[in-house]
Amino acid sequence: MEKRKPLEGIRILDFTQVWAGPYCTMLFALYGAEVIKVESAKRPDNSRLFSVTLAIRYKSKDESPLFNTLNLNKLDITLDLSRPRAVELAKDIARHCDVAVENFRPGVMKRLGLDYASLREIKPDIVYLSSSSRGGTGPEWDYAGYAPIFAAMGGLSHITGNPDGIPSMITGRTDLLVGTSALLAIMAALVYRRKEGIGQYIDLSSSEAITALIGDTFMDYAMNGRNQGRQGNRDAVMVPHTCYRCRGEDKWISIAVAGDGEWQAFCEAIGNPAWTREDRFSDALLRKANETDLDRHVSEWTEKLTIEEVLQILQNAGVAAMPSQSSEDIFNDPHLRQRGAFREIDHPVMGKQTLIGPPWRLSGVPDGNIRHAPLFGEHNAYVFGELLGLPPAEIEELQRDGIIY
Amino acid sequence: MADKALKGVKVLEFTGFVTGPYCTKLLADLGAGVIKIEQPGLGDPARNRGPFPEDHPHPERSGLFLYLNTNKSGITLDPGSRMGRRLFLELVRRADILVEDTPPGTMEEMGLGYDKLREENPGLIMTSITPFGQTGPYRDYRARGLNVAHGSGSGYLTPVSPPEGDLGPVKAGGFFDEYCNGLSAAAATLVAYYGRLMTGQGEHIDLSEQEASLAYDRVELGMFMSENFISRRVRPSSGATLSPCRDGEIILAATGNPRHWEALVAIMGDPDWTRDERYRDEEGRFKHAEELNAEIARWTIGFPKDELYHQLARAGIPVGVVRTQGDLMERDGQLRARGFFAEIEHPEAGRLRYPSASYLLSETPWRLDRPAPTLGQHNETVYGGLLGYTSEEMVRLRQLGVI
Repeated sequence: MEKRKPLEGIRILDFTQVWAGPYCTMLFALYGAEVIKVESAKRPDNSRLFSVTLAIRYKSKDESPLFNTLNLNKLDITLDLSRPRAVELAKDIARHCDVAVENFRPGVMKRLGLDYASLREIKPDIVYLSSSSRGGTGPEWDYAGYAPIFAAMGGLSHITGNPDGIPSMITGRTDLLVGTSALLAIMAALVYRRKEGIGQYIDLSSSEAITALIGDTFMDYAMNGRNQGRQGNRDAVMVPHTCYRCRGEDKWISIAVAGDGEWQAFCEAIGNPAWTREDRFSDALLRKANETDLDRHVSEWTEKLTIEEVLQILQNAGVAAMPSQSSEDIFNDPHLRQRGAFREIDHPVMGKQTLIGPPWRLSGVPDGNIRHAPLFGEHNAYVFGELLGLPPAEIEELQRDGIIY
Repeated sequence: MADKALKGVKVLEFTGFVTGPYCTKLLADLGAGVIKIEQPGLGDPARNRGPFPEDHPHPERSGLFLYLNTNKSGITLDPGSRMGRRLFLELVRRADILVEDTPPGTMEEMGLGYDKLREENPGLIMTSITPFGQTGPYRDYRARGLNVAHGSGSGYLTPVSPPEGDLGPVKAGGFFDEYCNGLSAAAATLVAYYGRLMTGQGEHIDLSEQEASLAYDRVELGMFMSENFISRRVRPSSGATLSPCRDGEIILAATGNPRHWEALVAIMGDPDWTRDERYRDEEGRFKHAEELNAEIARWTIGFPKDELYHQLARAGIPVGVVRTQGDLMERDGQLRARGFFAEIEHPEAGRLRYPSASYLLSETPWRLDRPAPTLGQHNETVYGGLLGYTSEEMVRLRQLGVI
């Protein structure tokens, strides 16, 4: 008997746009949930139209690799939610759903009549998550934000970068972390609902999601009133602990050495050069105190070698090392390829697309075919016809009237 | 007191330092009953890491350990010994979830591999966290957080700042990357646990930190395959820009969306340069981001950051400030209003404020019920109360170094 995917049977009404929300609901879809994404011609998901990273406009709504990689396995419908009849239809769909997720500016869903209070009336045990920049309560409840803003407001930018440099912006991954935090909260609520039959409302703050991921740095402030600064790649105790340049264009290897045993192994691996026997590198505290000089010596060794040579020499000696990989390196990484981390997917308009597969491997779960992100309004017939049972004539009329639009 | 969402879920934790403990902390804070196994005598390495109050090292006062182990019970156990293995199996039989982070093959060597554990507990969800996963050519590679961060592509992309690009790639600050992977592990575990609630079937999750981490960059990394574009540290600051103020930096994402741009132009007082042909539409503004951001910086530098932040945000413009820990703990009115920092007393470390979680759950609120356990604090409750060993037997187990 083939095993089910773990989230099979869960249906999600997805009002999210851009990156964070769509990634959250895509994770649900990848692990078996049925996700119905709501868009409209008046307000299509912006990632169908435009890439901020590449500063390009896509040729059509169905030719965006960006939208594709964030909306796999979903269904897509179009509803002009500024029309009361469209809101009624959205509510009819909600009646069949276990979860609703939205990341509009706080207040928008209430104005549309699709907030938690409204949906709970028709589906009392629904789990409803709102994701916003600063959370839905408090004096900044309606402030807008995007990924790099969450990282700055959350405290991450301040501690990321070089000691003598400026704080670093952190872009893409911030959104996907917010989306994963949202999934975690919804899963916890679904577990509770499964056992107790009770749904609930979840108010997620994106900047707080980032703050939680550097939680321990606040303990230093709580204990000692100390703000952590930027430390590059450095660690409080490990030396060497940074990236070293190798032969070639922008090639770097990360090396992390802890304790005297690993240090000995490292020295042997690099051929015990004379500098390693200097007094100022003879114990862990001294190595830390003379880290800059030590790093220069290590670089002199790595710069003469290719990244593959350094990697093999150090890993063979049991020293933790790994290249700093670009996107090109990642897609050519033999380990990731052998583990099947990438998937090739047929897209009806764009053709074959290679992208990163599901993030987590569940042994008993069928791999399943991953389906391309839905075309714009691709599942109107299924959702309005089969799920809601509207006759074809009525669907046509709703389309003519610009309700399904 | 209100229920917690994961009440009744039983988790056994056999991990240390950051990634694994953060995974189970997330579950514990949501209400799961987590029993954390630590090495007799030594404990979790995070206990030695600090920060410590007034910089006095003490294994019960490490801020890293205290934060990552809230709401858990703690026992000591060496599953490598025969007796320890027996106790471990008894605990596994009573657990819904096991989270472990030993190198591939280690659990099997101890006779505690997934196949054996499944015999004892067919519904077990076992989450194995390793740098590169249980299979593949790198499975036995050594890697620490730094190496995973760089091996998964995120390090290569940071810091985003043109003048610093040549200094080389830098990972995100603190233990951010380790936390990110812990979050993945917790999410994957709950997904599998939900599946078990529906089907009764157990699951082994092979959580590769490299894969979990690169998934968060699927957009940036994926552009290589879809658009033949390699993201680099030195890249045009389109979309958002770090802009200097009189007393720090704000981060501004106001040049894309026409509504935001027009609002910004109005607040700046409609200066002539904004009518330059190059800045007419979104694409133009992104294409000429460097010149445009320099113009904006000449304006922002004249103001204090918080004044600009609130003024621009109230006009609907996406804007932020580069916040420090102190800013967030003491001066952030939003976090204060939402009660983001929670206070609890620890017998050794005293009363401290801890970050909570980003999600407010209406029916099952997040709550700090108890501080991190001291080493072996719950040996008696677990071995005596739960497993039913007598106090004499427990003395013997201690003498043998098993607990």
